[in-house]
Amino acid sequence: MSVNRRDFLKNSAAVAAASAVGLSIPKEAQAAAAQTESKWRWDKAACRFCGTGCGIMLATKGGRIVAVKGDPAAPVNRGLNCIKGYFNAKIMYGADRLKKPLLRMNDKGEFDKKGKFKAVSWERAFDEMEFHAKKALKASGPEGIGVFASGQYTVMEGYAAQKMMKAGFRSNAIDPNARHCMASAVVGFYQTFGIDEPSGCYDDIELTDTVVSWGSNMAEMHPILWSRVTDRKLSNPDRVKVVNISTYRHRTSDLADVEIIFSPNTDLVLWNYIAREIVMRDEAEKIIDWDFVKQHMVFAAGPVNIGFGMRREGEKSLKEGKYSDLEMETVSKEMKTIVSAKEAPALEPYGYKEGDEMKHTPGTLKHWEISFEEYKKSLEPYTLEYTAKVTKGDPAEDIEAYKKKLQYLANLYIQKGRKVVSFWTMGMNQHTRGTWVNTLAYNVHFMLNKQAKPGSGAFSLTGQPSACGTAREVGTFCHRLPADMMVKNPKHRKITEKGWGIPNGTINPVGNQHIMKIHRDIEDGVIKFAWVNVCNPYQDTASASHWIKAAREMDNFIVTSDGYPGISAKVSDLVLPSAMIYEKWGAYGNAERRTQHWRQQVLPVGDSMSDTWQWIEFSKRFTVKDLWGESTLRNKKVLPDVVKDAVKMGYTEDTTMYEILFANDKARSYTLKDAFPQLGYDDTESRGDSRNVLGSDGKPWKGYGFMIHEYLFEEYASFGRGHGHDLAPFETYHKVRGLKWPVVDGKETQWRFNVKYDPYAAKAAKETGATDFAFYGTLAKALSQGDLTGIKDKNKKSLKNKAKIFARPYVDPPEMPDDKYDTWLCTGRVLEHWHSGTMTMRVPELFRAVPEALCYMNPEDAKKKGFKQGGLIWVDSRRGRVKARVETRGRNRVPQGLVFVPWFDEKVFINKVVLDATCPMSKQTDFKKCAVKLYKV
Amino acid sequence: MAHSNSRRHFMATSVQSVGLAALGGMLWSGYTDSVKASPLVLRPPGALKEEDFLTACIKCGLCAEACVNRETNIDKETGKARPGTLQMAKGGDALLIGTPFFVPTEVPCYMCEDIPCVPVCPSGALDMSSLLNEKEELDINKASMGLAVVHKESCIAFWGIQCDACYRACPVLDVAITLEYQKNDRTGKHAYLLPVVHDNACTGCGLCEQACVTEKPAIFVLPNDIAKGKAGDHYVKGWDMQDQERVKNAQGKETTTDRSKKTADEYLNMEVEY
Repeated sequence: MSVNRRDFLKNSAAVAAASAVGLSIPKEAQAAAAQTESKWRWDKAACRFCGTGCGIMLATKGGRIVAVKGDPAAPVNRGLNCIKGYFNAKIMYGADRLKKPLLRMNDKGEFDKKGKFKAVSWERAFDEMEFHAKKALKASGPEGIGVFASGQYTVMEGYAAQKMMKAGFRSNAIDPNARHCMASAVVGFYQTFGIDEPSGCYDDIELTDTVVSWGSNMAEMHPILWSRVTDRKLSNPDRVKVVNISTYRHRTSDLADVEIIFSPNTDLVLWNYIAREIVMRDEAEKIIDWDFVKQHMVFAAGPVNIGFGMRREGEKSLKEGKYSDLEMETVSKEMKTIVSAKEAPALEPYGYKEGDEMKHTPGTLKHWEISFEEYKKSLEPYTLEYTAKVTKGDPAEDIEAYKKKLQYLANLYIQKGRKVVSFWTMGMNQHTRGTWVNTLAYNVHFMLNKQAKPGSGAFSLTGQPSACGTAREVGTFCHRLPADMMVKNPKHRKITEKGWGIPNGTINPVGNQHIMKIHRDIEDGVIKFAWVNVCNPYQDTASASHWIKAAREMDNFIVTSDGYPGISAKVSDLVLPSAMIYEKWGAYGNAERRTQHWRQQVLPVGDSMSDTWQWIEFSKRFTVKDLWGESTLRNKKVLPDVVKDAVKMGYTEDTTMYEILFANDKARSYTLKDAFPQLGYDDTESRGDSRNVLGSDGKPWKGYGFMIHEYLFEEYASFGRGHGHDLAPFETYHKVRGLKWPVVDGKETQWRFNVKYDPYAAKAAKETGATDFAFYGTLAKALSQGDLTGIKDKNKKSLKNKAKIFARPYVDPPEMPDDKYDTWLCTGRVLEHWHSGTMTMRVPELFRAVPEALCYMNPEDAKKKGFKQGGLIWVDSRRGRVKARVETRGRNRVPQGLVFVPWFDEKVFINKVVLDATCPMSKQTDFKKCAVKLYKV
Repeated sequence: MAHSNSRRHFMATSVQSVGLAALGGMLWSGYTDSVKASPLVLRPPGALKEEDFLTACIKCGLCAEACVNRETNIDKETGKARPGTLQMAKGGDALLIGTPFFVPTEVPCYMCEDIPCVPVCPSGALDMSSLLNEKEELDINKASMGLAVVHKESCIAFWGIQCDACYRACPVLDVAITLEYQKNDRTGKHAYLLPVVHDNACTGCGLCEQACVTEKPAIFVLPNDIAKGKAGDHYVKGWDMQDQERVKNAQGKETTTDRSKKTADEYLNMEVEY
């Protein structure tokens, strides 16, 4: 056999190399390679990070995750990832992973709030938690125990936590960080559709002609979706139009045909302007699809004087003077405002004029039906002149050029035969009128009959990987139960109690302790035991200094479960080491209703255990008589004693919550099997593992002995099946790359409410006789009648299978730049880092790429204030200040009068500066606007 | 089977390269210090051409001092100066001891607007006039310390990963680095967003190299002489008025090849073989 020149060189080089390192290569190396390969295992999972929901494959070797690849079979990403996804294999292995429970103790080994953290056993950790939880229950009843929950919970974790809280503790004070991220979208869905979550799916991107991004930097925050938008644009550059609507220029503008820079909060005006164009030009141009509107829509309105979700007069911490005079300048707006010249035209149809005092009552979801004429009246103020004047956000832009852009935008929506998708994220959700602006989006799409159709629809994108799958669908919100059921609704409570095997009347009907309320209740001394799960609420919440002070200085017990130490762990009394994502079985649900499961890939690091395990172990510490006696809530409502009913159901006073909620007969029917999907995979919770971690009883952990994950998932899924939320069986998800619910007869659903695609719509349409759509959501589907100013006829009329178009005006946010605080502050994220950086700041490459948060500023503003590029300044509000470095170049180009600071960096703790005003309906914080002053350090 | 074969091939090759690296280490260990002194060194803004720079630089260190002590270099937490961008060469080639240079992966050049390192240069080794714009103001965008080069095979944006960390880190974003959009035919529904460096605008600051998320940066700054090719002045772009300026340098010199090195006489007087 002849040896060619190339082989010859290669061989001789190998020989030279081998002799240089003293190796003889061939057989040994080959054998080693083959063996190593057999030790690799690839298995599918979902990306840990955003709501896009990319599929990945993980390579495991020697008990460690060593590599990741995009899953070529995943429909969302087809093998691609963004740079956070690219580092999934590295996120669990930061040098400072938490490995043992840590308790603040004094020298005698006793718990001491002022003590230093020292390692304790799991048993001791649970002893402390039990003691402090019981103390909190005694002091404040069920309202005294709070949980900071998460849109990054796995479905099973969220379900376990919610079950123990709502069934066990009878406390609804469990609310996710998702409250900060998409609560306004949820209330928008509820108000408009009567059911949560988007009608469309990502396939809209490939099918549409127009992508309008509203308050969403998709290029950085949903990179894989953005690459799909880019591909769509490239495929037909002349036809496909992209518009970016934002308060500053960011990377999403790169691809845009038109960029609209608007002044903060005036997106309310922009949407109403488009609606006005549709309505006022309809007579001449026949724009509105009246057949659709008459058959499927009603018009509605609600009160406009609903405050801004801040603290209200009479609340304990206000009375105790915990808020400074400076802070009170803004907080006082919660009670009353004076109608400004800017908002007066918009409020005129609602009976207000400039200079009027508007007395605000607490936010309400209340609304009523109005006529089309009334709706039309509400739109009259939004002329091109008014809109351009109040919305133009870049002082340097020519107003006539800006007006042309507005007209272009309206015409894109209106153009017959043009498909349009409106995407939005935090800009529209983190907004003191977030619910309003969400509903305004649907108005435009509905009137044009461009909703719930392939390639057309208003589409709320989610930030977190399971904000939809867990926070919303499982219902880890204070007011929710699984599958769109509400704690307030007696029928829903009954269904849930039956499903959970607990006595009627157990579930607390008052669900008002949303995430801001939990913080405020801690500050007011009501909540005395709080547990942080899969989030970082002491970094991610506005007015942060208040909550940190309350945690550190008041009589309470704060527990944080996390993989890494962050601000929340730092202000806690007990820190629990949590198993991270691929160290446990799990499931996430993304923004297009796609549920994706994965198996446990490796054993958790150190002694860490999953949050599911932590919740279930905690439940062993509480019995029927501990939790189910009578108690009185703050509003004097009495939760009845259900102990007797429990005994009738076959429990005793001493039966533990573990036995009732987690290790019942149904649970035990999910047996451990040496078969797919369990075969060959660890399951620390169900089977124990080789670490033999000493568990909550001090004994080596050997597992529950049944398939706890399958049980939790199946029981949760049982609530949605047959009710428009159908999920496939547990096992199916281990064979597919996710499925978009409702999954009916094995088939996923692309476009909801559309008779052609959604079996539920088809069924409902048979009743109504419609052939195209049925908006079958059931919440708030009977309304009183009225006009823009209020209810005129209290009798409720059914609007079954219809959706709503809302009249909602522009109003000023509670804090705007003035002489003292002259600049808008907007906060947000960067592509390289996830949320508070607990994971991504530990990946060396990502840390190096973006080591610190910068203050993005217009170069003219910097010049005027005498700041140098790269110089340090204070960003100072009525609440606090942080040091940051000036950036006048780079990825975000802000107009004069506005600065942008990302929040991932705990060393630029921008949430000390941000105002905790929320949408009073959704209770979602507005992280996008408050007033600051800037000066040199 | 095919898979395991290729795996074996990979293993053999990597052992091979480890071996070669070790071998290289032994053979060339004496050479490494002088690598810093090689033409691969990046100089401060406004530095003369390397040859002239080395003659002009009096190694006083004022540029590095101005760099580290600049107002914008204060650490947020300690209030003290962070390490500066410019370092003074130590050891190795005697010619280079004491000359300023920087390594982007350690501390890149932050492109200060007032360029504190240059006006302090007493010798003219850092040439202020090269950094003046049309308005005769100091303009760091005029700097040309080097050129960023993308290695496509290791750049994950060319795999379709949505990265572009270099692009977002670029102080002259959308001018020095732009994104080129291409359809990803493999997935059929995604696009590549590819970083493209423009040599007329890239200053060589190295912020892209520092931000690059690959293990060894796939984008890196090389000195201009090394990074750039040069097209001949005998041909200018007919569609580009500015490019036609290069005609100024065109000289119409006589050329010689193997074919033309004999004079015509010599050639013609040789018989044709037949």
